[in-house]
Amino acid sequence: MKKILAKAYIWVLLIVLYAPIVFIAVFSFTESRVLGSWQGFSFKLYENLFTGGMQGGISLISAVNNTLLIAGISAAVATLLGTVAAIGIFNLKGGKRKAITFLNNIPMINPDVITGVSLFLLFVFLGFSQGYTTVILAHITFCTPYVVLSVMPKLTQMNPNIYEAALDLGATPAQALRKVMIPELRPGMISGFILAFTMSLDDFAVTFFTRGSQGLETLSTYIYTDARKGGLTPELRPLMTIIFLVILVLLLVINLRKDNLNRKAVK
Amino acid sequence: MRKRSNWSIPYFIFLVFFVVLPLVLVAFYAFRDREGSFTLDNIAKFFSDKDTLSTFAVSLEVAIENTLLCILIGYPAAWILANKKYNRSAVTIILFILPMWINALMRTLATAQLFTTLGMNLGKGTLLFGMVYDYLPFMIYPIYNILSRMDNSYAEAASDLGATPWKVFWKVTVPLSMPGVMSGVLMVFMPTVSTFAISEFLTNNKIKLFGTIIQENINNSMWNYGAALALVMLVIIGITSLFGGDKEEAEGALI
Repeated sequence: MKKILAKAYIWVLLIVLYAPIVFIAVFSFTESRVLGSWQGFSFKLYENLFTGGMQGGISLISAVNNTLLIAGISAAVATLLGTVAAIGIFNLKGGKRKAITFLNNIPMINPDVITGVSLFLLFVFLGFSQGYTTVILAHITFCTPYVVLSVMPKLTQMNPNIYEAALDLGATPAQALRKVMIPELRPGMISGFILAFTMSLDDFAVTFFTRGSQGLETLSTYIYTDARKGGLTPELRPLMTIIFLVILVLLLVINLRKDNLNRKAVK
Repeated sequence: MRKRSNWSIPYFIFLVFFVVLPLVLVAFYAFRDREGSFTLDNIAKFFSDKDTLSTFAVSLEVAIENTLLCILIGYPAAWILANKKYNRSAVTIILFILPMWINALMRTLATAQLFTTLGMNLGKGTLLFGMVYDYLPFMIYPIYNILSRMDNSYAEAASDLGATPWKVFWKVTVPLSMPGVMSGVLMVFMPTVSTFAISEFLTNNKIKLFGTIIQENINNSMWNYGAALALVMLVIIGITSLFGGDKEEAEGALI
């Protein structure tokens, strides 16, 4: 009895949580311009999305491209910067380590609006013209702390003797780094990269404040502008459905892999 | 690993430049007027501007209600998910996290549209529902995380010593899971206060939250006042994170 109640509670929550997403997905298969009115089953919106044959199609596609480009570059730079930083911080001691850990936490504690406004003021103060570069710098700022956090546990788990052994056996520090350290850190770097990539994809507030006035649009700002004008572009529905499915598969793969790794570790 | 501590230097410089300096600039702009000379007017304006103050009050109210609702709904969910008797699959917890990776604006717009389609009026009720919907996973996850790693022997010892299951829950499980609840609060409370765009979408522009006021001022080139409002928020963040838990634990383990 208790078990049924517990399961029912979880399922009711999940159903409510997914209702809007299912709502979007269902109405991606109809031609209606307005979300919520059904006008017969059709793949028209998917077709439009892939051929770009719709109103404002070019700007939607360029918004998607910008989003991916910004997320890709920011996540790559954040992974590099964050991994190097994590190795450095791991070897720091005492006050220095505390200080940099504290600074590393600030972007994670600050709400997006504060991060956005403060970076906006920085770029204004320095007289940077805002656009791609400033958005990417801003994204690197709020993504890197998560990379540091994902890599740090791998450093703690790593047996330092392996690295020393490589050096004793005649490896140069660079070789030991490449052949011993990086493979040990790789899982942390990968999850850090994925975390950074998705945080960047999903960001709205920080992009909004740092994108400048040259008309740079990412998916989030595109949706915002679109909704403000009244009426969302209907092709956003199939786009969101596809994104949802991709992320679903990606997360399942990652977590199944993690499960496998855990099982291996137990053995 | 000699000398590798030097590797933290580039990131340290980066942090000073892109985290510390911007926050210093928020304070700098907050105490300047348009011509750049020192003034307390922006701060004074906040405390005398009725509209801003009432928005601020509404934001705090919504944030408190949202946080409480998230705890009320999320705690039992986290408890069930962490309990091996009821849930053995890791996939269920992923299902709770998954919606967070869908564009928040798009989800919010769909929620608002769903309410309209169901014939409901957009207002305070829908705002709270939408907020809980957006932030619930941020509450469930840290609590789940701490509950699932909790040492069961404490609860067993308590029941061996004669505590009823109800007592075990309130006297052992809940106190031990408080750090998780605090992380959840940290991840729900301030972000709710500072939300912009989402509240307008959910209430058809009827209710504005503090984040929107900041955004409007910045976008209308009232940087100094916008910075002053941001500074007010920073002070509150400082205070809440003194009480708050470990946000890194909450978010760092998401994937």
